[in-house]
Amino acid sequence: MLQLTNASLTLGDRNWIFDITLQTHGVHALLGRSGSGKSTLLNLVGGFLQPDKGDIKWNGQSVLPLQPAERPVTTLFQQNNLFNHLSVQKNIALGISPKLQLSADDHERIDAVISDVGLAGYANKRPGQLSGGEQQRVALARCMVRKMPILLLDEPFSALDATTRKEMIDLLCQLITDHKPCVIMITHDADDAQALEATVLDMQHNQVVIRSDQVANN
Amino acid sequence: MNRPRPHHAKAQATSWPWWSGGVIALTIIGALTLAPLASMLAEAGTIAWVTIFSDTYTQRIVRFSFYQATLSTVLSLGLAVPVALAIAHVGHFRGRTFIITLFSLSLVIPTLVAIYGIVAVYGRTGWLSTLRDLIGQDPLAFYGLPGILIAHVFFNMPLAVRVILMSLESVPDTNWRLARQLGMGPLSVWRNIEWPTLRGQLPGIALLVFTLCFTSFAIVMTLGGGPRATTIEVAIYQALRFDFDLSLAVALACIQLGICLALTLLSTLFKADTDIGFQGIAGIKREQEQGKGQAQQNPTTGLWSNPATRFCNIVVIVIASGFVIAPLLALILSSFNGSTLSVITDPTTLLAIANTCIAAISSAMIAVALALGILLSARHLRVRLGYEQGGQWLQLAGNMILILPPVVLGTGLFLLLRPFADVFALALLLVIVINSLMALPFVVRILDAPVMRAAEQHDRLLQSLGIQGLSRWHNIDWPQLRKPLALAFALSATLSAGDLSAIALFGSEQVTTLPLLLFQRMGSYRLDEAAVTAGLLLLLCLALFLALQRLLGGRHNATTH
Repeated sequence: MLQLTNASLTLGDRNWIFDITLQTHGVHALLGRSGSGKSTLLNLVGGFLQPDKGDIKWNGQSVLPLQPAERPVTTLFQQNNLFNHLSVQKNIALGISPKLQLSADDHERIDAVISDVGLAGYANKRPGQLSGGEQQRVALARCMVRKMPILLLDEPFSALDATTRKEMIDLLCQLITDHKPCVIMITHDADDAQALEATVLDMQHNQVVIRSDQVANN
Repeated sequence: MNRPRPHHAKAQATSWPWWSGGVIALTIIGALTLAPLASMLAEAGTIAWVTIFSDTYTQRIVRFSFYQATLSTVLSLGLAVPVALAIAHVGHFRGRTFIITLFSLSLVIPTLVAIYGIVAVYGRTGWLSTLRDLIGQDPLAFYGLPGILIAHVFFNMPLAVRVILMSLESVPDTNWRLARQLGMGPLSVWRNIEWPTLRGQLPGIALLVFTLCFTSFAIVMTLGGGPRATTIEVAIYQALRFDFDLSLAVALACIQLGICLALTLLSTLFKADTDIGFQGIAGIKREQEQGKGQAQQNPTTGLWSNPATRFCNIVVIVIASGFVIAPLLALILSSFNGSTLSVITDPTTLLAIANTCIAAISSAMIAVALALGILLSARHLRVRLGYEQGGQWLQLAGNMILILPPVVLGTGLFLLLRPFADVFALALLLVIVINSLMALPFVVRILDAPVMRAAEQHDRLLQSLGIQGLSRWHNIDWPQLRKPLALAFALSATLSAGDLSAIALFGSEQVTTLPLLLFQRMGSYRLDEAAVTAGLLLLLCLALFLALQRLLGGRHNATTH
């Protein structure tokens, strides 16, 4: 269970209060206007921002003392998910070992996940040689090898065309079925939310609420 | 209750805290500048300031320092604007890249080498006087103010042209297209697009050129004629090395310090962050430019299509290029003469070459290490903690040499070390110290943008994956920064190899470098030997620049794949 209890944060003249509980295995789509604070929520959970007051707990334990890398969280950013000077294989490997120290097992895992996302044979290419969709698939592959129970997606498909987007959503569905993470995805597109059968969260008046007509389904 | 954090504690224990680089660099810079400054100020307390200020000699050199710097700035910028506009208006032409590379060469060519070339063209026995002789006119009066101005324009006009060109190129393509659609003539384009773009840049460039000319040493020392044409920087050197008038040296150094402090504050206030465009020398930017040129047509095509103005522009470009090429050509031609072989094999020359290489590479290593210390801490402040201002202030520490110009710093070091050691025996060490601080502002400037840009793009990713410490350096920073680091290292080595100011203060018969040897040979009118030495120095600087860049930078650009 991911619990934000009165986690509040003031940035400049804006003040947010997040008070919400999300199920351990569940997909949540976070909708709201630009600048409404959707990214702020992700940054708080990811550890890039610390709340002024309140607490954030995963399965009953506070994650606040943890550095971003120590939290049970993996994030797919909107852009710049990959290092352009490193190969696909190494970009994914960073998810297993930040020092790139890999065992034979690790190599096998990486090879497996590369073919899972449909990029077999691309292991030694650099991000610059791939299309935007392929790059996001590499980033998704890294999320897979990290096997973190919380997956945060910050508009991961916003730069992709419709066909690529559909492929990415299928891949994401696969990942969700396999790993059953707690997903929070920022999106502008209600169709994305529907395709992933997500619970919709709304940002309203600097607070986040579960959209009422869906509470029953949950 | 807080959960224990085993990983975190371990990570803290094995890697250095973020501020350590900055603190170490600040401590070293502080020790190397503030201690000499303190001993200088202690000495200054004993000076009879009223006598110094009422002395006509002091008044004259202060006045001349401002006078020549102002004239040099006005001339350099006044010529640079039309030349830059001409290059921009002609658009893409054969040899454009060559001219722009040529114009950035003035950053790497040792001052003394260029001076030799300038003398060979404009001096009493130079090309121009020979020409005038043919048509029955007297040779030009070259030494003194005219020589200083020509040399300052030689160095600063191309620099200003590059800066202006770059700011013109930063105008978005759509603005040019709009100008064409609206049917603007050259005059409206100037009034509505070009002048507003330049206006913001000019004060910054002017201040930069003024500062460079105000503190210029080698040019004034070789081309200035006696006490009538001496600047503060050179007068300090003369007081220290020839008149052994320590209190005059300290007094002048204090005056120079005050003026440089004011100039630095002024440029900080103006936020005069002029992009000198070092990348142009290294060809890093060139690949992008070429790619861009192929992909789309030049958006300014057709704005200046009048044949008459095009002709005028070409004439301007040819004259400006000739002005820069002629001295280099004269130097290269004259360095092959009867004494070429004997100079190259002379043990004094060989020893000087060895000293120059040692000093150049050591200063480059120190400068780059100090810059990295500053920048990696500033990166944490600016990118991760969001204290943009704090990081910028930390980076200003790299500019200490702008407040304490080489000869002033040298005076301080001289006073500081004199009670303990034979200063002239330490010559090479002191040269390395001064030269590394001289290169530091350039290094910080070159590395600033690449370091910060790379960090901004990936900071959250780095944090979420836990990439830090040495593995961050090895896997992420080094591959990303290798090219600019190599450029910074090569440039600082080249600048140090060509520098005369530090070695002039501390050099002797026992310890010489190639620039000092060249200066001595020029001073004693052994012109054939001087020509060969100048050619050697030019060759050494170019070789150092290219070799270091290739060795450190690798063949492939890490970011273009």
